Amino acid sequence: MRRAALAALLSHWRRQPLQLFTLLAGLALATALWSAVQAINGEARRSYDAAAATLGIGGYASLAHPDGPMPVATYVALRRDGWDVSPVIEGRILRGETRLRVTGLEPLTAPTGLLPASFAGDAGIDPLDMLRPPGVGFAAPETVDALQGAPGLPRLVADTAVPPGQMLTDIGTAEILLQKGGMIDRLLVRPGQPDHRRALEEIAPALALTPAQDQGDMARLTDSFHLNLTAFGLLSFAVGLFIVHGAIGLAFEQRRPMFRTLRALGLPARSLLALLLAEVMLLAFVAGSLGIALGYLIAGALLPDVAATLRGLYGAEVRGVLGFHPGWALAGLAIAQVGALAAAAHGLHQVHRMPLLASAQPRAWATVSARALRRQAVAGLAMIAAGISASLLADGLAAGFALLGGVLLGAALLLPRLLAAVLGLGARHARRPLAQWFWADTRQQLPGLSLAMMALMLALATNIGVSTMVASFRLTFTGWLDQRLVSDIYVTARNEADGRALRSWLSGRADAVLPIWKVDLPLAEAPGEVYGIVDHAVYRQHWPLLRSTPDTWDAAFANRGVLINEQLSYRAGLSPGDTLHIGEGWTMSVVGVYSDYGNPVGQAVVGLDSLLAHHPDVPRLRHGIVASDPPALARALRDDYGLPEANLIDQARLKATSLQVFERTFTVTGALNVLTLSVAGFAILTALLTLSTMRLPQLAPVWALGLTRRRLARLEILRTLALAALTFLAALPVGLALAWCLLAVVNVEAFGWRLPMFLFPLQWVALFALTLLAAAAAGALPTRRLARTAPAQFLKVFADER
Amino acid sequence: MLIEARNLTKSFPTGDGSLPVLNGVSLDLAAGETLALTGESGSGKSTLLHLLAALDQPDSGSILLGGEEIATMGDTGRAAIRRDRIGLVFQQFNLIPSLDTGANLAFQARLAGRHDAAWCATLADRLGLADLLDRYPEQLSGGQQQRVAIGRALAPRPPVLLADEPTGNLDEATADGVLDMILELVTETGAGLLMVTHSTRLAARLSRRLHLSQGSVA
Repeated sequence: MRRAALAALLSHWRRQPLQLFTLLAGLALATALWSAVQAINGEARRSYDAAAATLGIGGYASLAHPDGPMPVATYVALRRDGWDVSPVIEGRILRGETRLRVTGLEPLTAPTGLLPASFAGDAGIDPLDMLRPPGVGFAAPETVDALQGAPGLPRLVADTAVPPGQMLTDIGTAEILLQKGGMIDRLLVRPGQPDHRRALEEIAPALALTPAQDQGDMARLTDSFHLNLTAFGLLSFAVGLFIVHGAIGLAFEQRRPMFRTLRALGLPARSLLALLLAEVMLLAFVAGSLGIALGYLIAGALLPDVAATLRGLYGAEVRGVLGFHPGWALAGLAIAQVGALAAAAHGLHQVHRMPLLASAQPRAWATVSARALRRQAVAGLAMIAAGISASLLADGLAAGFALLGGVLLGAALLLPRLLAAVLGLGARHARRPLAQWFWADTRQQLPGLSLAMMALMLALATNIGVSTMVASFRLTFTGWLDQRLVSDIYVTARNEADGRALRSWLSGRADAVLPIWKVDLPLAEAPGEVYGIVDHAVYRQHWPLLRSTPDTWDAAFANRGVLINEQLSYRAGLSPGDTLHIGEGWTMSVVGVYSDYGNPVGQAVVGLDSLLAHHPDVPRLRHGIVASDPPALARALRDDYGLPEANLIDQARLKATSLQVFERTFTVTGALNVLTLSVAGFAILTALLTLSTMRLPQLAPVWALGLTRRRLARLEILRTLALAALTFLAALPVGLALAWCLLAVVNVEAFGWRLPMFLFPLQWVALFALTLLAAAAAGALPTRRLARTAPAQFLKVFADER
Repeated sequence: MLIEARNLTKSFPTGDGSLPVLNGVSLDLAAGETLALTGESGSGKSTLLHLLAALDQPDSGSILLGGEEIATMGDTGRAAIRRDRIGLVFQQFNLIPSLDTGANLAFQARLAGRHDAAWCATLADRLGLADLLDRYPEQLSGGQQQRVAIGRALAPRPPVLLADEPTGNLDEATADGVLDMILELVTETGAGLLMVTHSTRLAARLSRRLHLSQGSVA
């Protein structure tokens, strides 16, 4: 019985291949975008975990010499005294086009957790091979691939636990590679040191102890970025579900008489419901599988940009190559099932409640009464109110996204009512009969098109919101770079002695030499950095202050106050007048807050004297130079002083690099933006194609009354354009509200900085043109079909009426 | 006796209360008997047919189908009765638009698990559908569609055939032809036929006639 009934149900799709395509494509697209985002996030998280698990050197306290590497003798002295320390050599080398970060560990003394399994001998590697030339290096598989054939490297062993771009090796091998000549960069200090050891000051007074860093930093810092991606994935999924909901709703409506017949012929209601559920799940499985394949391709294409973004924004190393993980695929299939069931829930509920003996006439597809429209509008208003309430009552990124979601979905629900009102207005004011028919008929088409228009509105509002946010950010960022990069040339000395020589060489040749000296210190219980600056007009004139006191600069340079970046101000709730605890016995009053875009950590700026008083051992290597002829001075620094090219960077190059990082940061957002808009365009196309199959009985009387098929087709395309234009107009304020949410709420929560909002009307004009173009493209095929409909088809409508 | 219906009452809720449609109707249908149910619009003909077809339940009264009470059965039980023991022909044909003629014809037999390919082929031949088996309902005329619906109802060889104005949508000549086929096949299968019709001319061709007026047997 069930087989025959299922065959009957499925036969519908064989006769309606377009509808089947729409359903599968909509669900596949929705699953693809969602799965792609999940794959990207998963890959990034795996990279963070790998970094934290294998090279979590920052997880241990370490000893280092402020002036650079220390001799092996220092290590030996500490070990002899009972200090449980392990030496580390670090550095970068260039092989071909691959920059490789080399970390050399001493396998016998290194904390076990730092060594990958293969390093510890689990991969069947002879430990002697690691010790004798050329040695063994462990690197990520893609890094090993990139380094194939590169000269002067140890034997490379692929190890997925090592983050990309890095090589882990024995300290002896690293010493040769990095040409360290018996010097050690730092000593890792294990927790729980023996009690009887002498104090550090007695054995190696020159060494400074750096406390262990929080290993969850990278995941915490990048959480907001991944949440942004997830939100985009969810939005795309929601837009895709609009298509699926439309396709399933239509299929259920068209089969309503079939359901009744099946019931009348003896199929129990429960069996019918079970079969429909099985059908939905079967279709979801097919679409989900397609979506996973597509999502894998999309994620693979986007991942290099995401990796670049994370590197640029957070310094996080993420694999640029996507792995396949069965758990991810299963999650994709599950989300496809959940989405399909959510989209079909209404239809299934209707079938469940469908009386067996009600009229078997199919009702007009998705016909919604004025009451239903009102109900939907009320639900929309409720969603907006809920979003606003969530943002008022709760804090955090989740509240920000609740506001975004509430506004977006609420506005989408309100749209059909709004469009109906405008079309009703048009009908009331139309004078000519054709115009009256046009408005009334457009209003009649609204139920069938409303889902597509809602999807379009979501995509447009998101596009406007995100574009406004990015463009506002770009404008602010560019202006901020101009203010912040006050020096003409930035130089880094090779060591402390070179720093002293450089400063001496520059005096008289440069207008000003501004130290950029900093120490890394926890600020407000999170990683932070403290800079010391000297009194100079460029700071007073250009530094991008957001909040200040009347004597900000005087107080800072007189060592009476500290300036902090916006992130620290927001996170710690500090404003001018409050007190910041900088270190042991070092507390200062906040005298200003400055913008500091792109920096994930809290930052404080004090007068240089104050910094040197508390940290006399601060590395004095970096300097900003103000010069009247920067190119000439740069040449002299290279040619006369002999500063390597890598240690010198001019302002223009720094700006270009910063902007490049910025642009790459939003490449992924832009790509997802375009994909979401494409899905919405597809939603319109499918809705129009679907409606076109039902239009004949509505158009035949108008054709019979004297309108040519060509004119009817023109009116059809005009109707599509009119609805798209009205939807754009409705999306504009929603998009701007979205931009405001992103700039004033989400960005502050995610990154700790608030951005001013700028309006870009030319962008709107371009998007409006694109919307009309997309609508015209979507309407072209159904319209062409209508223009070519044979008169006999129209006549058949009247024949069927007899 | 195939069907024994006793004192059936049925009313439907309206805005003003309840509208009685059947007021204590009783009828019998024997195997091989052909019964015409006539009456003016609103007399309760279709409602009575729906009750006998287990599509709906009476407010009170009893319906024995082959000695089994169906009036109080639940949804699943009534669905099984419809599937296994009743052939239904609707005025609107109610074919499945996505199945071709052959599949529509065999559909209920398959549903009931009693598909007999040879019998279906005979039915198709007798109903003049043999050349139309790969056509879809939309490609058939009204008369052809009704013949498919009759074939579908008879394919599982049900003991009872219930027809709700099966010729209501057809012209006189086609209606006569369709009724000829129904009677011929019913006679052949030994099924009992109850047919709702407006037409006294067609009713006269059946062995017995029951006239309903305002919900009661006149």
